Amino acid sequence: MALVSLKVVVVVVIKRSLVLLVLSVLLNPAAAETLPEDMLQLMYHSYDGGGVEVNGPALLVRKEFKDQFSVNAGYYQDSISGASPDVIASASAYSETRDEFSLGVDALLGNSLVSLGYINSEEDDYEGNNFSFGISQSFFAQMTTMSLGYTVGQDTVKRVDNDFAEDIDRYQFSVGLTQVLTSTMLMNLTAEGITEEGYLSNPYRSKRVFGTFAGPEIYPRTRTSTAFAVRLKKLLWGDDAASFSYRYFDDSWDIVSHTLELGFTRTLNNRSVADVVYRYYDQSGASFFSSDFQGLFQFMASDKELSTYQSHTIGLNLTYELFNDYLYGFDRGELGFAYDFRMNEYEDYFAPNSNSTEPYEFDANVFNINLSLFY
Amino acid sequence: MKKVVLLICLGLLGGCSSVEKVLSPEPWVLPYERGELAQPIMQFSRNPLSDKFRQHVFDTREGARGAGVTQGGGCGCN
Repeated sequence: MALVSLKVVVVVVIKRSLVLLVLSVLLNPAAAETLPEDMLQLMYHSYDGGGVEVNGPALLVRKEFKDQFSVNAGYYQDSISGASPDVIASASAYSETRDEFSLGVDALLGNSLVSLGYINSEEDDYEGNNFSFGISQSFFAQMTTMSLGYTVGQDTVKRVDNDFAEDIDRYQFSVGLTQVLTSTMLMNLTAEGITEEGYLSNPYRSKRVFGTFAGPEIYPRTRTSTAFAVRLKKLLWGDDAASFSYRYFDDSWDIVSHTLELGFTRTLNNRSVADVVYRYYDQSGASFFSSDFQGLFQFMASDKELSTYQSHTIGLNLTYELFNDYLYGFDRGELGFAYDFRMNEYEDYFAPNSNSTEPYEFDANVFNINLSLFY
Repeated sequence: MKKVVLLICLGLLGGCSSVEKVLSPEPWVLPYERGELAQPIMQFSRNPLSDKFRQHVFDTREGARGAGVTQGGGCGCN
């Protein structure tokens, strides 16, 4: 009941926010947005955990032109090898590559920042295309910034060993509000709704019934989710800062999740900044999940991502300013390193082909090293 | 009786004034007081590429999605 009331309140807030944003765009000549900074970013990333290794390079370029537009282009690659226990149980381990290309433009139109974006993601057995539109506007003497986002996604799920091909249509709508609370504190509120229709399962994964694999999983063909997040950032003594964020999530598959993140940023000297982050995540399982079904049902999933579980993540980020004077056409350069250690503990998922009577758990090491050049 | 009506009217007027203040508050942090908020460490996302990677890792291995600081596409989640 309380949840329903919360949703009603949020829907009302979103509707009023939309009206306020439209009115402010039309009537508020004093507010002004700014374009993102020109930059070139290079990154190498790595994930290693649960029998899966994913790594690869990434690139992002931003360039302003005519004082009114900023274009961006990106490339991101995942080289995937191995397979998680639920996949390896019914298919063999493999390696593949995912290539993601993105293009976008930000435009200052009147006093609003309007963004258009396109992302294409290609694998041998998966293709994704996302088209996004966003608009943001500051008002109330620029103490408040509101943003709206809308994304349409069209994916195709395939198998590499036969002609299987199914589509997914996805619609995402988000509303954000960033508010100056005090001279040292910011708050951000975000709400996002996502609805999907199509083949939402993994064609390689099988459901388990009475201890044996019994054909492909059966998922509902629709999924609708809502997520609400609040973030706070507070400047502390000297040049340090603390951050807090909480996200509530639920969906039509009965998954309810809470995500809590606490961060502390320390300015070590005039060139180095360090961040320490702790993240807690938990979720209840989908209504049609079982690690081992004791019967046949309309929907049946054995994917561990749909089970009940918690994870703890401890992260460390280091940023070092390489130079802040003109060098080879760049005004400033930064080197960044980010490392996350993730501990995942499942409550009702048991790894197939394992003799353990304990629920599955695994740790993951995640890191990236990146170079940012500003011009 | 007249005094009571007058007091009620004054009270309502006062109430209207308060309501107006609530509905149209003045900015309480003036532009010249926001210098520290412009520091890079006060950004919710200081490094878009690194944050996008981090978000992608979480999105592909958790049941929850949405309301993050970045957006992305595709799967890469086996």
